[in-house]
Amino acid sequence: MIEVKNLYKTFKNGQVETTVLKDIDFKIEEGEFIAIMGRSGAGKSTFMYQLSLLDEPTRGQITIDGIRTDTMSNEAKTLFRLSRLGYVFQDYALIPELTAAENVALPLLMQGMPTKKAFETAKKALNTVGLKDHMNQLPSQLSGGEQQRVSISRAIAHNPDILFADEPTANLDNESSRTIMGIFKELHKQGQTIIMVTHEPEYGEMAEKIVTLDDGQIVKVKKSASA
Amino acid sequence: MFSPLNFRIAFFLAVRQLRRSSKWTNSLIIFVMILTFLNLVIVSGILVGLIQGAIEAVREQYTSDVIVSNLNTETYIEYSPDIIRTIESLPQVDALSARYVSGSTLEANYKSRTDPNEKPNTAGAQIAGIDPVAEDELTGLSRWVIEGEYLQPGDYDQILLGSYLIKKYIPVDNPGFSALDDVGPGSKIRIKIGDVEREVTVKGILKSKVDEVSFKAYMVDSQLRGMIGRNDFNVDEIAIRLKPGSDPVVVRDTLLRNGVGTYAKVQTSADAQPKFIKDIRDTFALLGNMISSIGLVVASITIFIVIFINALTRRKFIGILKGIGINGQAIELSYVMQSIFYACIGSAVGLVLLYAFLQPFIAAHPINFPFSDGILVAPLSGTMLRISLLVFATIIAGYIPARMIVRKNTLDSILGRK
Repeated sequence: MIEVKNLYKTFKNGQVETTVLKDIDFKIEEGEFIAIMGRSGAGKSTFMYQLSLLDEPTRGQITIDGIRTDTMSNEAKTLFRLSRLGYVFQDYALIPELTAAENVALPLLMQGMPTKKAFETAKKALNTVGLKDHMNQLPSQLSGGEQQRVSISRAIAHNPDILFADEPTANLDNESSRTIMGIFKELHKQGQTIIMVTHEPEYGEMAEKIVTLDDGQIVKVKKSASA
Repeated sequence: MFSPLNFRIAFFLAVRQLRRSSKWTNSLIIFVMILTFLNLVIVSGILVGLIQGAIEAVREQYTSDVIVSNLNTETYIEYSPDIIRTIESLPQVDALSARYVSGSTLEANYKSRTDPNEKPNTAGAQIAGIDPVAEDELTGLSRWVIEGEYLQPGDYDQILLGSYLIKKYIPVDNPGFSALDDVGPGSKIRIKIGDVEREVTVKGILKSKVDEVSFKAYMVDSQLRGMIGRNDFNVDEIAIRLKPGSDPVVVRDTLLRNGVGTYAKVQTSADAQPKFIKDIRDTFALLGNMISSIGLVVASITIFIVIFINALTRRKFIGILKGIGINGQAIELSYVMQSIFYACIGSAVGLVLLYAFLQPFIAAHPINFPFSDGILVAPLSGTMLRISLLVFATIIAGYIPARMIVRKNTLDSILGRK
């Protein structure tokens, strides 16, 4: 489903060039739950940003469902992200002026869904993550775990082909982290493709496959113990 | 940018950002917009009003709505009684005052002058012969009496003097201009019109910001008529006040059609304004617009800074919005909508302040300028034009910073990278 060929990412800082991803070849099949792991600075997040079209690789190809993403315009990428990808960020990335329901409904409205239907869908998604009673609360009125669950609701409300999660438990306590990971496992069971960056082995093991990066290269791909 | 979907999302975001952002910040921005609006309208309005106040005062105190005066080739209005009858027959006419006007020399202190070589205390002045009741009814002349009393019908050998004919009321000693010294109510002065000389008593002093009043002397019409030998009752000026809602142009044209133009100049008060007054008014309007333009630029920069800081501090969220697939143009449009909101609310509050409070207040309590009672001139059409300018400027000032931030790389925005 996702095919990565000869992927490079280089950052320039004045005259200094740093290659963060080096010649990565990789494939992810539909319905897989992948955990990308590695030590700090290994290039895990950078790799995920390339896969999720939030960044542009310096070189190489990423093909999603047969569509070459390197030839897409910025507008086409935005539209692709809106309709086919879902994101869960480390710091929840909710819009502070929008209530939980509004945060979830926003991408649906952008897809052209009628307001009533968008909010019904948003409420359903929030219900799925156990936030039925927090629909009209602003992010500032929610705990970190609750905010991350809103973020997951927003990511899944439009049934994306792929769900990307960048260190989704990094800012959460153990109990909230386990809740979040439980939600991911449940989504995976329902057939959702998930690509998650984490540095916590305990949560990496909850994925189906663990991809380990070191110094910008994939050094190990293994099935997790829970697979 | 203007797709219905972008509008919908922009509106969704703008409304919520405005509703849930700091009320103090919103109030401050709206306050700036109100001040800008008032600056746009009031600066030019006062500058124009300063002249307009003078023009209105001349109309009220001298010309009234329509003025009929002698032709340049004649010394008086021929067939004045017939013309007055024609004027009185017009349904629009509310009141009129016919005046005799003659040049004269006034002399004071002649009784106390002992040295024949001493320069006599004289002043040149125009004397108007009026029907005191009709004139007061038309122009309210008695309101301007600051010393003594107003004329009554039959007040023979009595005179009212404009304050600029008396030395103590002239603030600056003008070398080319002579005035009467030590003159007040009860003083005897001599009037000389041609060969006719007469001693009269000063009954009152008039002080007005209208030069046509303050530079003139007034006596009852019948006496002046006798002094200038106008036994045919031909007058020099007829000031006409119209009923409310009547158009002076229509009355002027009617009089001209009736042949009055053959014997007299017929002018509306606007026609009778000297060209330099119109030029000054236009210049002040231009000056006001220039000063207002600076206000508009300052307001635009303020909005620019506010939106820029707002967008900059929300750069991460703008990145997230783009990241989750929200169209950049919808985000830009949401900032433009916020700018429009600030401009519209500011202008709306400004409009209420202007037309409900400021304009009526200044009309009731004119600004006391040395040469006029300044009013606030703010016609609705001009005000709406200024609102359009303000809204347009704020749209640009809101769009540019939003565009600058939205154009930045999505991931850099999310991660807060430069």
